[in-house]
Amino acid sequence: MGKQLLLDNIHAPGIATLGVYREFGGYKALEKALKMKPEELVDEVKKSGLRGRGGAGFPTGMKWGFLAKPEGVPRHLVCNADESEPGTFKDRYLMERKPHLLIEGMIIGSFALGARTSYIYIRGEMMYVYHILEQAIQDAYDAGLLGENIMGSGYSLDLHVHPGGGAYICGEETALIESLEGKRGNPRIKPPFPAVSGVWNRPTVVNNVETIAAVVPIVNMGGEEYAKIGVGKSTGTKLISACGHINKPGVYEIDLGLPVEEFLYSDNYCGGIRNGNKLKAVVAGGSSVPILPAELFLKTAKGEPRLMSYESLADGGFATGTMLGSGGFIVMDDTASVVKNLWNFTRFYHHESCGQCSPCREGTGWMEKVLYRILDGHGKKEDVDLLWDIQSKIDGKTICPLGDAAAWPVASAIRHFRSEFEEYIKNPGSIKDVKHYYRLHNEKEPAY
Amino acid sequence: MPKVTIDGHEIEVPKGTTILQAARMIGPEVAPPAMCYYSKLKTSGGYCRTCIVKVTKGSAQNPNPMPKPVASCRTEVMDGMEVANFTSPDLLEARKGVVEFLLINHPLDCPICDQAGECDLQNLGYEHGAAKTRYDFERRTFEKIDIGNKVQLHMTRCILCYRCVKTADQLCSNRVHGVLNRGDVSEISTYIQNAIDNEWSGNVIDVCPVGALTDKTFRFKSRVWFTKPVDAHRDCKTCAGKARIWFKGEEVLRVTGRKDQWGEVQDWICNDCRFEKKKVSDWTIEGPSHIDRHSVIAQNHYELQNLKLDVGRQLNKLAGEAEKNNTNTSTKKATAKK
Ligand SMILES: Cc1cc2nc3c(=O)[nH]c(=O)nc-3n(C[C@H](O)[C@H](O)[C@H](O)COP(=O)(O)O)c2cc1C
Ligand code: SF4
Ligand code: SF4
Ligand code: SF4
Ligand code: FES
Repeated sequence: MGKQLLLDNIHAPGIATLGVYREFGGYKALEKALKMKPEELVDEVKKSGLRGRGGAGFPTGMKWGFLAKPEGVPRHLVCNADESEPGTFKDRYLMERKPHLLIEGMIIGSFALGARTSYIYIRGEMMYVYHILEQAIQDAYDAGLLGENIMGSGYSLDLHVHPGGGAYICGEETALIESLEGKRGNPRIKPPFPAVSGVWNRPTVVNNVETIAAVVPIVNMGGEEYAKIGVGKSTGTKLISACGHINKPGVYEIDLGLPVEEFLYSDNYCGGIRNGNKLKAVVAGGSSVPILPAELFLKTAKGEPRLMSYESLADGGFATGTMLGSGGFIVMDDTASVVKNLWNFTRFYHHESCGQCSPCREGTGWMEKVLYRILDGHGKKEDVDLLWDIQSKIDGKTICPLGDAAAWPVASAIRHFRSEFEEYIKNPGSIKDVKHYYRLHNEKEPAY
Repeated sequence: MPKVTIDGHEIEVPKGTTILQAARMIGPEVAPPAMCYYSKLKTSGGYCRTCIVKVTKGSAQNPNPMPKPVASCRTEVMDGMEVANFTSPDLLEARKGVVEFLLINHPLDCPICDQAGECDLQNLGYEHGAAKTRYDFERRTFEKIDIGNKVQLHMTRCILCYRCVKTADQLCSNRVHGVLNRGDVSEISTYIQNAIDNEWSGNVIDVCPVGALTDKTFRFKSRVWFTKPVDAHRDCKTCAGKARIWFKGEEVLRVTGRKDQWGEVQDWICNDCRFEKKKVSDWTIEGPSHIDRHSVIAQNHYELQNLKLDVGRQLNKLAGEAEKNNTNTSTKKATAKK
């Protein structure tokens, strides 16, 4: 097992309470941080090599360094707890079990950035976690860890939790900011970036839950020590939410650089494929990243064993590689249908598109309909090429990355599993039960 | 002042100028089509993606090309920037994709649409679109809604350019007009289907690039290309009183703002001038309006077969429905078929 910097003591009874969290050393990092200078903290994070855990992997220290600091203008730290990417469920687990870890990270981060008011924007469907956080924040206020003059340091901070309305797009940082301001959750057109103009047009840092939580062990152990974990530019530990056809689904904390084969087959982690079945494909980082067939997933095109790291998973680009993404690890055995899975992802992106820009608004629905037609036994010979063309006309032409996120799964499924599409088209009716998803969601199935 | 080169034409522009504005300064031969940007509306643009261009050289300091096409209406020029628009075949292919996306759920019932003849989407489809649609699914439809007794909204034709939203936001004092729902079932609406009680609200008709927002006082009176536009003015307490009035014979059929070469009004006009001043004696005539010679209005005719849009297949179906559509001005909640 790798180091457990975030998930340590996660099963200790009462760890969600302030008292037990402190018994296990909680808020020691805050105490230490408040004695440092804010710039020193930013430096520690830079040294740690920590990269954003929300999907894009942007270096956190650099992001903090970019924050504009105009005189007299308040700044904000916003925690992105909107976690809604299919396959990703690590942040929820962390917040539900160890809410104070996130709160401690938020206070340290806010202090480092000079923010006096900070926000946690939480996915609307996670109301019970919202209540856990509210309670934890109240307890932190009562203990003098939030509010005026925290731990006698002279630093004051207010922390608010804000529940979203249940829209995936509100996880995109600028849509999140709009929503936080009480507006429709449409992504903003960038530039300006949040570091210059974010919440209420003030300089803002948006970070993922896990990113902010990781600041706590970084302060405890020092950035340099943290950077020793991992491989190359993938430092530290990463939470992976593993699901699908594996023996042990769940949330695991791994040292970055762990071989994927070990992660998949070791009993410390996924424990192998269910029923001893053969591995067919893996979506390694949440629904948005390219799907890889077993061979390319376990070994790169160069024949090197793949590692759970930003660089190794991306090796080969999109032709033969994928991305670490948000750590949503979806495993498919040889009973799974890549086409059906793709249709389900595509249906999701269609449903979640905010509708601002034409390629994503119109293209996602079109792709869903074509996939539905194929699965419903009425696919046309040209449909695979049509799908390819539609995704290529969405990719890179939209306001926010949701368009790309909708295009990549389609492109990769066709790239690696084209014959499976063709098989459905040649042998119509091999799948009969797609309609039931529409009924389940009270939606009208596409007409053609 | 930064220098930018677009399709080989170099121009020096003030700092802060967007690629689209720079291209328009050079002229129509390099200017990308723009369906959502409107220079008179703050924060407009960025939505439709028809104005995308390829930045082949970022700037003198950073000569790297930009990895993706950018919305020219929302991207400022940098000194030494080089841009490819009509000279880049893959950019044109990408734009064709955008046009196709705008059209897949569009009814293309131009023969019964009030906008026909002065529709930016018709022009766009004609100039930048593909000859045939590849979309063979049921198209999205909505019922028509009246926004008060002067303006009608037909969401089925809307391309969600957000121009009317910005117009209402920036000309009216309250937030009364916006977007409901999301994705491809988004719809423009007022809160809650109220008339916008504001003397500037009629301007949403002029900014709408398609036939989604139309003037009820003009509906079905005539086809645009049978009317003659004349620039005229009057003494108005609310607006500048500079308008374009549209004659059929001796009769004033409608009043609009004066649109420039890029389809944007020069001055906003008030509802009084637009809806209530329909007598020749209300106006001082200046002379015939200058209309872009490319437009179907100027050509004084409108032939379906000239349109590359795939309208033919819609026609049969629509012929039967046209009658129904003419009378169907229900004020019920619009419903989207998904
Ligand atoms: C459609 C979409 C949804 C996203 N959802 C999330 C999310 O739920 N949580 C998250 O942390 N980041 C999400 N992101 C990424 C954020 O925009 C942003 O990059 C991230 O919060 C930055 O934090 P980090 O640097 O700590 O990773 C999403 C991005 C897109 C385009
Ligand atoms: S890409 Fe999709 S989600 Fe993002 S702004 Fe455009 S329509 Fe909205
Ligand atoms: S809005 Fe334009 S393209 Fe659409 S039906 Fe009317 S005239 Fe035709
Ligand atoms: S109604 Fe017209 S102006 Fe308003 S968003 Fe739709 S197309 Fe644009
Ligand atoms: S005009 Fe630029 S995106 Fe619409």
